[in-house]
Amino acid sequence: MKCLFCQSKITSEVTWRTLFYPTPMSICKLCNHSLTVISGARCSRCSRRSDVPKCIDCLQWEQFPARDTLRYNYSIYQYNECMQEIITKWKYRGDYELGYIFKNAFHTHFQKMMLTAAKTHLAIPIPLSVERQVERGFNQAEMLAQFLPIPKAPYLQRVTSEKQATKTRSERMGSANPFQLRKPINKPIILVDDIYTTGTTLRHAAKVLIEHGCPEVISFTLIRS
Amino acid sequence: MAKKTSPLDPKLAQQLEGKLLLRKEIPFEDTLFDFLLEKNMLTPIPSIVKTLFRKICQRCGNRTNSRFAKIHDINRKHGAWYCRNCLMMGRIIETEPLYRWNGQPFSWQKHEAACTWKGQLTKAQAKASEMVRRFILQPESSLLVWAVCGSGKTEMLFSGIEEALRQGMRICIATPRIDVVRELLPRIQQAFSAVPIQALYGDSAEKQGTSQIIIASTHQLLRFEHAFDVIIIDEIDAFPYHKDASLAFATERALKPSGTMIYLTATPRQKQRTKMLLKQLKHVFVPTRYHGYPLPVPIMCMCFALQKNLVKGNPPRAFIQWLRLRQNQQRQLLIFLPTIALTEKIASNLSELLIHEHVIKGSAEISSVHASDPDREQKISLFREKNLFVLVTTTILERGVTFPAVDVAIIHAGHSVFDEAALVQIAGRAGRSADDPTGEVVFFHDGKTNAMSRAVRSIKKMNRIGRWL
Repeated sequence: MKCLFCQSKITSEVTWRTLFYPTPMSICKLCNHSLTVISGARCSRCSRRSDVPKCIDCLQWEQFPARDTLRYNYSIYQYNECMQEIITKWKYRGDYELGYIFKNAFHTHFQKMMLTAAKTHLAIPIPLSVERQVERGFNQAEMLAQFLPIPKAPYLQRVTSEKQATKTRSERMGSANPFQLRKPINKPIILVDDIYTTGTTLRHAAKVLIEHGCPEVISFTLIRS
Repeated sequence: MAKKTSPLDPKLAQQLEGKLLLRKEIPFEDTLFDFLLEKNMLTPIPSIVKTLFRKICQRCGNRTNSRFAKIHDINRKHGAWYCRNCLMMGRIIETEPLYRWNGQPFSWQKHEAACTWKGQLTKAQAKASEMVRRFILQPESSLLVWAVCGSGKTEMLFSGIEEALRQGMRICIATPRIDVVRELLPRIQQAFSAVPIQALYGDSAEKQGTSQIIIASTHQLLRFEHAFDVIIIDEIDAFPYHKDASLAFATERALKPSGTMIYLTATPRQKQRTKMLLKQLKHVFVPTRYHGYPLPVPIMCMCFALQKNLVKGNPPRAFIQWLRLRQNQQRQLLIFLPTIALTEKIASNLSELLIHEHVIKGSAEISSVHASDPDREQKISLFREKNLFVLVTTTILERGVTFPAVDVAIIHAGHSVFDEAALVQIAGRAGRSADDPTGEVVFFHDGKTNAMSRAVRSIKKMNRIGRWL
């Protein structure tokens, strides 16, 4: 096996466990080490590492209950330089295969953290606009949603195609809702996306869902930046 | 519109001839593009060819199965293959063809006496220069120019390039190193001021590559096919060219079948040496520097506590002693280290020490560079203008860059990144100008390696041969 990111050979240790229950590795030890998993105390609503139960951003959101539509977000990794490199290569250069780096982590963290939700909720990946989907060839959120062991409901649709990544915080918060729902859903929903930055995109999507009679929306994302 | 799309329009040919491009790399509107396709002036060719057991990327020649991957595709049940090897040049995917120009070939302008360089070549240079000129006139040939560091390789090319321009040929000067591309561009531009020249590299402003002379990093040649009559590859033994098979594939394909390939190097690898010995590859040897002085021979210096010092981030004691005893204290200092982490660590510790030793006046006169440094270009030019006195670097500055008067120190020369070629190249950074033709080169090590003794031996050998010329 070769590391998906740095092409170096992966040599796994031989232990009783790996002998009888071999798990294929997609990323080498060194690369894996440079990704930081969020651990310890974290904000209960947005998963950011924080010592107080609710971080400033989330308190700010709570001042506008009409906009604050997402119950909580769970993220696995912190954003860092190495992650940024992987994400740019994966999303913007279009290296689809790199997404499989996160397959194991995404699955196991979901099993661990979303145990109760897994039985009732449906997963909806955050969609891309048609143009962007054609340009990239794939939707990274859809790929992540594939790794989850629950049914998917791809009824959400993106109308405009403004890039969030190039905007400032206030621009993001003030942007118009780009989502539409093709079919109303009356089940609770887990939104799946690759990255939670200010939470505006996820809240826009959640708002549309709640307006159409969805009881609860939570989100499961790969990275909290 | 009608005039723009007329088949005789040479601008289209100039832009598209000799290239293999994806649709998104062709900067035309759909109407013009469709017209060209309809007139059969652009031919689509499959981007990934599948044989029974393997796939071959038509752009980079990648055949390793593990370097291909599948991407989800709505129209295909099993997804579509894409090449992961040349992903940085834009994704090659099975479903999108590459386009090749099939219209009239473009005839490049013929330049009489284009060379505006008015220098004098030494005897050895003149001999090599004449060989290059002869080989360029002779179709389907290749020549290796083995010239020591600082022998003035670029100047040797001028008469050959001039001759090629007289014949209306298209020329490419390719090199694996981006720093070398940046350094070559102004020199070539000065020598051929009337000829349009473009430089192509990863983040260059120029992307099209439509001029008669092109200076490119070897990666950029992946987009070309049968485009050049003459390709000159500078520093063929440099990383990544000698490691990456797709680059050799690309340069060979970028050459027209009747073209001439010229390799330049100061330190040929074993593969080329064997070929030269077996007379499969013609070569010309330039053993002297342009100023006629011998190459500085490295001194090896044992440091017993080297590993301990490096862990703490201190320079070894022998290095400090050498600093005090340097013959010419006015020379700038170029310090090589094996890894990026060490350069940063040592640079910060060194600044205090050098201020204490009165070598520099403040910490602003010392800096470190490595491959992923965003200000790398700027720091190198600061050092060249003598605004920086000490530069701590990894092997990125081992070749292709010229500083007028420097002393060179390699700390931990026994590390595996310093192979023979690297050590010879690094030693070649010293004493490059005619005003200060000597310089000191010291290897600080904790155990002599084969590479070190071979490097010293080969430098001495060059000097011995050079003395007779």
